[in-house]
Amino acid sequence: MHFLDFEKPIAELEAKIEELSFVESSQEIDVNKEIMALKKRSHDLTKSIFSSLTPWQIAQISRHPRRPYTRDYIERIFVDFEELHGERYVADDPAVIAGIGRLGNQSVAVIGHQKGRDTKERIMRNYGMPKPEGYRKALRVMKLAERFNMPVLTFIDTPGAYPGIEAEERGQSEAIARNLLVMSELKSPIIATVIGEGGSGGALAIGVADHLSMLQYSIYSVISPEGCASILWKSADKAQEAAQSLGIDSKRLKELGLIDRIIDEPLGGAHRDYDDIAKRLKLILIEELEKLSASPISQIVNQRQERLRKIGKFEDN
Amino acid sequence: MNWFKKILPSRIKTDGNGRRTVPEGVWTKCQDCGAVLYREELDKNLEVCPKCNHHMKISARSRLQYFLDEEYKKEIGINIKPIDILKFRDTKRYKDRLSQAKKNTGENDAIVVMSGNLKGLPVVVCAFEFGFMGGSMGSVVGEKFVLGVEKAIELNASLICFSSSGGARMQEALFSLMQMAKTAAALANFRKYRLPFISVMTHPTTGGVSASLATLGDINIAEPNALIGFAGPRVIEQTVREKLPEGFQRSEFLLEHGDIDMIIDRRELRTKIAEIISVLTHQQTSV
Repeated sequence: MHFLDFEKPIAELEAKIEELSFVESSQEIDVNKEIMALKKRSHDLTKSIFSSLTPWQIAQISRHPRRPYTRDYIERIFVDFEELHGERYVADDPAVIAGIGRLGNQSVAVIGHQKGRDTKERIMRNYGMPKPEGYRKALRVMKLAERFNMPVLTFIDTPGAYPGIEAEERGQSEAIARNLLVMSELKSPIIATVIGEGGSGGALAIGVADHLSMLQYSIYSVISPEGCASILWKSADKAQEAAQSLGIDSKRLKELGLIDRIIDEPLGGAHRDYDDIAKRLKLILIEELEKLSASPISQIVNQRQERLRKIGKFEDN
Repeated sequence: MNWFKKILPSRIKTDGNGRRTVPEGVWTKCQDCGAVLYREELDKNLEVCPKCNHHMKISARSRLQYFLDEEYKKEIGINIKPIDILKFRDTKRYKDRLSQAKKNTGENDAIVVMSGNLKGLPVVVCAFEFGFMGGSMGSVVGEKFVLGVEKAIELNASLICFSSSGGARMQEALFSLMQMAKTAAALANFRKYRLPFISVMTHPTTGGVSASLATLGDINIAEPNALIGFAGPRVIEQTVREKLPEGFQRSEFLLEHGDIDMIIDRRELRTKIAEIISVLTHQQTSV
């Protein structure tokens, strides 16, 4: 298992448990009993550490190298999934996965950012940072969903849209802006879930939705804590403070009314149990989709637009 | 004192040390070509250097002042003011940054919106105030822009936006990010009325503003040599670790790559935009 800095005490216990598992029981010590006791201690310790995580620690979990990615969810949640690669203009962008499939009996379109698991795949997926092609592919699949009467389910997990030369040349800004515009009036229900990192405009570009939920230890922010720290504090070392000020975690964003729902993760984070978190997410997607399906699409779109119209806090007198 | 010194206006006489003192406010220097320019002349020239055509910063209010016909101007959303919802604090408190920005610019936030006429054509015009926290978009900018869109629909008017912004305002965090969706949604609605939205990107237009309302014009225009892009050049340089091409992310570069429709000199904007709107809306201008 891969442990983060603040999980060190848990890591130590787990190492002991691992060691003990090679020891055979003798008359003096009952190894099994010992292991059970240590496991309980590890469980309690995990519970206690995870009950008071700082936003910066949550950011680290959201970027955990073992964290489940879009593909891990697609495999576990949907059947008959077919990936669609074509954006029809320039290239396929592996940082975005788009396709069609079924959620239970319901035909759906699925769109998500995709990070890579090992170095080779990370490079291939460009660390989950889409280029304009990725957003245009997403848009094409959304329009397809609209035409064939399918809800759109999106999974958000990106450090941000790719800041590169070619991305700028091909209109990164326009690609994001166009998605925002089209999603605001798409005649299909849209459910967005932040499963890892919700990195700014690059996240929002597939995040305009009728229902927006976040996994418990995911983050959603206008700028990365590091980016914010280096601009406002003039030092990337102040990322912890920036994370605190920005309020990037699911709990804070729910309090602020910016997201609809928090999806609890297994103890220790989603990466501890892929099947468990996928099952939880699947149930919630089904539940929220059912709620939405009770209304005609015209009403869903109107409500989406009203919701967007009201976002913001200011004084008016 | 010789005759020449006598006729020289007292304000530009050399001081005792033989150094020339340039009184503040009367003369200014072009940041690009270094020419020393008469302040009043520069005002008349809409802050464009008469020597090298460099487009300097212009305040939102001066821009609207010059752009709209003199009569029938009416400001929109005067009472919308920012609040520090997150009690945001970096090296300074957001509250203090807001009051400082207000003191510096005389504005409540980073956008000014007015309805009025452009050569007799009904328009609503939004102008970003870059001097107010880098023209950053938070809740107030989003709301006032949307109020402008709604007013344009109500008045059956064309919409014009002069953007100049570093992007979403960090101090309002996710509320700022969501203004991108809010403004884009308002423009989606606006399109149904078949009224033109002319987006004019001025130096600089980046981040969340360029990735939302600014690139969604029916016609996208840029002022000459404006920096326009999603990510800032420094971030890109750090990411790709190579030297950026000459003129990268400048208006001319964008035009070449098909990102914008045209580049127009600030002094021509009034005439050109009036002409474009009159064609798109099948109307005649009054002058």
